[in-house]
Parts: sequence; structure tokens; C-alpha cells
Amino acid sequence: MTVNATPIIELDRVSRVFEQRRRQVKAVDAVSLAVQEGEVVCLVGESGCGKTTTGKMIAGLIHPSGGEVRYAGKNIWAMSKDEFRRYRLAVQLIHQDPYASLNPAHTVYGIMSAPLLQHGIVANHKQARERVRDLLRTVDLTPPDDFLDKYPHQLSGGQRQRVSVARALTVSPKVIVADEAVSMVDVSIRVSLLNMLSRLKRDLGVTFIFITHDLAVAKHFAWEGRIAVMYLGRMIEIGRTPQIINHPQHPYTRALLSAIPEADPRITRTKERLQLRSLDIPSLLNIPSGCSFHPRCPLFEAGLCEVSVPPLADVGDGTRVACHVVARERAKEVVA
Amino acid sequence: MSENAKTAGEPALLVEDLWVEYPARRGVVKAVRGVSFELRRGETLALIGESGSGKTTLGLALVRLLPKAARIKQGRIMYYRNGTSQDVLALNAEQLRRFRWQECAMVFQGAQNALNPVLRIEAQFLDTARAHGMTDAKAVRERAIELLKMVQLDPQRVMHSFPHELSGGMRQRVLIALGLLLQPQVIILDEPTTALDILTQRSVIEVLRRLRTQLDFSLIFISHDLSLAAELADRVATVYAGAIVEIGSVYDIFERPRHPYTLALTRSVPTVTGEMHPLASIPGSPPDLINPPLGCAFHPRCPYATDQCRSQEPRLERVGDDQFAACWHWQEVKP
Ligand SMILES: Nc1ncnc2c1ncn2[C@@H]1O[C@H](COP(=O)(O)OP(=O)(O)OP(=O)(O)O)[C@@H](O)[C@H]1O
Ligand SMILES: Nc1ncnc2c1ncn2[C@@H]1O[C@H](COP(=O)(O)OP(=O)(O)O)[C@@H](O)[C@H]1O
Ligand code: SF4
Ligand code: SF4
Ligand SMILES: [Mg+2]
Ligand SMILES: [Mg+2]
Repeated sequence: MTVNATPIIELDRVSRVFEQRRRQVKAVDAVSLAVQEGEVVCLVGESGCGKTTTGKMIAGLIHPSGGEVRYAGKNIWAMSKDEFRRYRLAVQLIHQDPYASLNPAHTVYGIMSAPLLQHGIVANHKQARERVRDLLRTVDLTPPDDFLDKYPHQLSGGQRQRVSVARALTVSPKVIVADEAVSMVDVSIRVSLLNMLSRLKRDLGVTFIFITHDLAVAKHFAWEGRIAVMYLGRMIEIGRTPQIINHPQHPYTRALLSAIPEADPRITRTKERLQLRSLDIPSLLNIPSGCSFHPRCPLFEAGLCEVSVPPLADVGDGTRVACHVVARERAKEVVA
Repeated sequence: MSENAKTAGEPALLVEDLWVEYPARRGVVKAVRGVSFELRRGETLALIGESGSGKTTLGLALVRLLPKAARIKQGRIMYYRNGTSQDVLALNAEQLRRFRWQECAMVFQGAQNALNPVLRIEAQFLDTARAHGMTDAKAVRERAIELLKMVQLDPQRVMHSFPHELSGGMRQRVLIALGLLLQPQVIILDEPTTALDILTQRSVIEVLRRLRTQLDFSLIFISHDLSLAAELADRVATVYAGAIVEIGSVYDIFERPRHPYTLALTRSVPTVTGEMHPLASIPGSPPDLINPPLGCAFHPRCPYATDQCRSQEPRLERVGDDQFAACWHWQEVKP
């Protein structure tokens, strides 16, 4: 992966405002992100921070209110009809809720053959059946003939999620946006689902935007990639996964990592916890001024943090952080 | 203190060979199959297991709040306090009403959304108290304020709020405070942190930890989240296909599991702290409780399975000082 190549996906100060009870909600606020082909980037953050909205904008399913979404260097909303069609096929979204995303009235074969036939990827049903069988094998639904004629309600949550993945693969996407793809399934089947996705990443070279609220899952899926942390619609830290996990910089990222309960009694009972100033979660309808984390932040400095929004600043080791205090301290270290 | 719950003496609750079923169109769902365990005085016991394994049904059975369709096929639930015992399955309606809040309180799964939406929090406390014959509103208010402080809420603000004005984590803490109102000896929490954000989860965990040192009660919590058990439990019971397949101290369960399912489960959850290690994947899918597999219900997914496992169901047996597992081949299971 060369650093100078045109990113396959690029968000340039992308925002999205929703109308909620006649008030404006800024779900995503000036988020920038460049993803190289073959890369895996995890978007993490707590519920409502804007992960899904960002994912939907990457997949071209909703318009940004401001900023540009680019695919291979081109603004997707300025593309010709034909270009846009190709982009929509190249970037596939796997939905957060596998129950809602598969048509309950269609069989697995029906669900998967539709895009194959519609986009002329296969010529007839005979070819479609073969291709669907192959794809079901790719997602470990074997033997495929056991699944072809099943309806979504006849599948377990994990199997449904595999069908969603297989359907996304019908159009040979270059980018998969996986929104909480393993969150709704049980622990015992989560790992095999994660392993299957990792294999796709490796064997097919698919670029992954992996959305999850679970930092431990992000660590395992994207150890070789990057993690971007969001808070109230803004990206507040981004860097290589080992750096973010082992040396988080932003006070919010540090608070999150220290708060996570771990499935190991010795680790979890001795972990150092970062105390917040307040437990109240601000509403998107009333985002705090300046740094939106300031009412809860243990490093808060009056006269600075509530005054201006900190920009994402490079703090070394490939990490960028949106925090006045961290940026200042790192700058001092560089000078010293 | 909760770290070393007494092992001797009378338990708070004793469950013996409990079976619960739900009739369904396809057949009978065997949601709880022959569960036996004791809840020790002052301890925190975690019931962990995946969705559909029967945890909620078991919890509801303990306080006799199962849906009408459910049937308790057999079993015994004994409750002990101050040297006297009660047979929970034999209580009449009036005795049950008292039992549920004053002896054994349960906070339900998803209950954050179950507070009465039109009542302020103060009124919810007063109502609950009144239903149990506590008519001294001033005393109830004082107790409510004390409890709200214990769960780290600001009583001034919360008492006069409606449920929708509080966050999910605040509502969960209100429910825990409400559950403690009548000073029960046993509290059952069903998925107390599920669906809460990380920082909110943390505050609920810390509240529970603090309460355990301030008040004297035994706690059962039900969760599909192993990390919650690792945080809070003295002992952990693994539930699979309606049965407890292993029970032991939290350290034994996480560090020396003897049941292949417990082993696989504890090795399949990633941690953020520590080394990257490969995660174990468990083949196959969760069992069908209408037709559970013959023999050991875990055999279709178990790497240790033999012919014996496919025909005979193992029972819990002692596998360590204070650890029990239901597996024919537990001696071969090496963490
Ligand atoms: N009212 C009901 N009628 C029929 N079957 C039911 C009913 N409630 C639960 N079941 C079935 O009983 C079994 C155990 O359910 P239970 O809700 O107790 O499990 P659980 O482990 O708590 O799951 P979850 O974590 O998803 O709530 C499941 O197979 C479930 O489908
Ligand atoms: N279609 C919509 N209309 C109004 N508000 C929305 C819509 N979609 C998302 N939102 C709001 O935008 C915010 C971010 O949502 P989302 O992107 O779904 O976050 P996440 O996936 O991280 O939970 C939330 O407050 C949500 O309620
Ligand atoms: S800018 Fe200030 S309030 Fe925001 S994270 Fe940094 S120190 Fe905390
Ligand atoms: S009894 Fe047999 S199948 Fe069941 S857990 Fe033990 S080894 Fe596995
Ligand atoms: Mg989402
Ligand atoms: Mg449940």
C-alpha cells in the first residue's frame, strides 16, 4: 500500500444534519477520512455518535449536508449515472440488523440471485445457482444446497448475517462497509463470523470499513489497520490499531478503554480507571461548546476547552488527536 | 467481603432439579432442564450463557413470575432467612406478593423501559412501598433518597423526574434502588448492563460493587456478557441448553474451566488489555430446546465428544475444591 496512491474512499469534511422534532441534529460534523485500497479501518464509538450515518454516506445511501464523499478520487454526487452505478456496486453496506435487511418473503436463492441477474453478472438461472452455491461456500454455509431454499426466518442470526455478507459479495465489491456485523450474534458464533470476514479481507483483498461499538472486536479485526474514534458526531482520534489500543491519546479514548469490562477477572479487577468529571451524556440537540467532551473531561482547562473546537492534530506515531491539551503537551515534548 | 462469601452455613436460596417448559407450536420448549444450585449468603453469583439458553426463564421461576403458558414440571426452590425456610413453589398469592419484594426482588431484562412512564420517580417509590403496606410516606421518601445516593444519583434531580427524562443508565440505577427499597435478602438482575454504552455500563458496575460492600444481600445476575461476570461475580455458573454445565469460583471458571463449553466460551471473547491471542471459535450453532441433542446437549459442537457423550447425559460432578462440571471427559479438558 503506497501512501500517495489515490484513496479508494475519501471523506472530506463531511457533515450530516437531520431534522428531529423540528430541530436540527448534527449527526456527523466535518469528518475527514482517507482509506487506501485493501486497508481496514474501524469506526468506533458509543451509541448515537454517528457511525452508521457515516457508513451510509460512504456507501452513497444518504447525501451529506456538507463536504464531499469521493470514490477513487471522484465526488460521488457529481458522478455520471454510469459512474455512480459502478460505484454503488463497488461499495457494499452490510446492515446493522440482519433481520431488517433480508426480505422475509424471499428464499436465500431469491435474495442472492436478484443482484446477479439484475446486473447481468450471470446470464441465466442455471449460472445464478452455480454462483450462489460458490458464494454460500465462501461464507461457510455448507453444504450450500441446504440453504438455497430457506427463508430468512428459518436461519439463525449468525447464518442470516452470513447470507447478508454473501449477498454483498454477489457484485464483487471493492469496499465493504460492515455496520455492527457481528454485534447481534452470540459469542459462540461471533468468532467464526469474524474469522470469515478476515479471510475475505485477505483472500479477496476487499477494503473494509468496519463499524463497531466494541473496541475489543475492533482490536482483533483491525490489528493491521486503523481505528477512528467518534464522539458526538466528530472524529476525535485516529491512528494505527496497536497505537490506539495500547497508547490512546485523547481523554475520551482513554476513558473508554479504561472503562471496558474485560472477560478476565484478574485483568478487569486491576485495570486503572480514568474518572470522568460527569456521567451525563450530552444530547446531540445541545452539543457543548468548544470541545464537545469538555463537560466530562478530566483534563478540562477553562478558557481553552470550551472556547474552540480542537482540530485533529498530528501527535506522532501516525496518530491524530482532537484535543487542545494533548496537542500542546506533545508539541512541548517535540521542542524539548 | 463479597470476595470471600462464606462457604459453610445455610444458603440464601437452594434450587433442586428444576424443570421449566413452554408449550409451542412445534413442540415443547425445554427452557430449564434439571437445574440445581445454591446461592450462598452474601455472595454474587453470575449466570452466564448465550441468548436462548434459559437464563431469564430460570430467574423468573425463582420469583414465580413466569408467563402463564410456562409450566414448572418439577423441582424445588427453598428460600432461607434467619433460620426459617420457605418452599417458594408452595407459596400462596399473598405470601408471594410479600416474597417478591421483601425477600427476593428481580429487576427484569430491558426494564429500563418498563418504569411507569407517567409517574415521577418519587411516585414509583411511594407506590411500590404502599403496595407492601408501608404507608409512612416520609420514611419511604427518606429511604428512597438514601438509596438513590447509594446508586450515585442526585436525589434532588431524580426524584422529580419522569423516566423519559433520565438516561438508560440512570433508569437502570433507579430500578436497582427500587429493588432494594424493601430490603430484600436476594436480588436478581437480568442483563443489568446490556444495551448500555460503555461508560454507562461502567457506572452501573461500580454502583453494584459499592452496594455489595454497603448492604447485606445476595446477588444473582444474569448476563450473556462474560466480562460482567469477570468484574463482579464471586462464583459463576455456565448455562447451556437450559442446564448449568459448570459452576465454580470466578477464577476457576475463567482460568481452569473443566467443561469444554466454558473453555470455548471464555477463549472466544477478545480483551482490549493484554496480548493479541487467537480467538477460539465454536463450530455449529446453539441447540434447539424443543429437540435438544441426545446425551450431552453440547456433543454436536464438542471437540472431546465420544459415543458415550452422544447417548448418556452427564450430571454435575465435583471437579475441584469448589467447582462442578457436567462432562464425561472433564479430566481431559486442559485450558
Ligand atoms: N413466553 C415464551 N413462550 C415460548 N417460548 C419461550 C417463551 N419465553 C422464552 N421461551 C423460550 O425459552 C428458551 C429460553 O428463553 P429465555 O428467554 O429464558 O433465555 P435467555 O437465555 O434469557 O435468552 P435471552 O438472553 O435472549 O433473553 C428459548 O428457547 C425461548 O425461545
Ligand atoms: N434518518 C434519521 N432521521 C433523524 N435522525 C437520525 C436519522 N438517522 C440517524 N439519526 C440520528 O443521528 C444520530 C447518529 O445516528 P447513527 O449514525 O445511527 O449512530 P450510531 O450508529 O453510532 O448509533 C443519532 O442521534 C440518530 O438518532
Ligand atoms: S480539548 Fe480539553 S476538554 Fe477536550 S478532550 Fe482535550 S482536554 Fe479534554
Ligand atoms: S460430555 Fe462429552 S460432549 Fe459433553 S461436553 Fe463433555 S466431552 Fe463434550
Ligand atoms: Mg449504528
Ligand atoms: Mg434473557
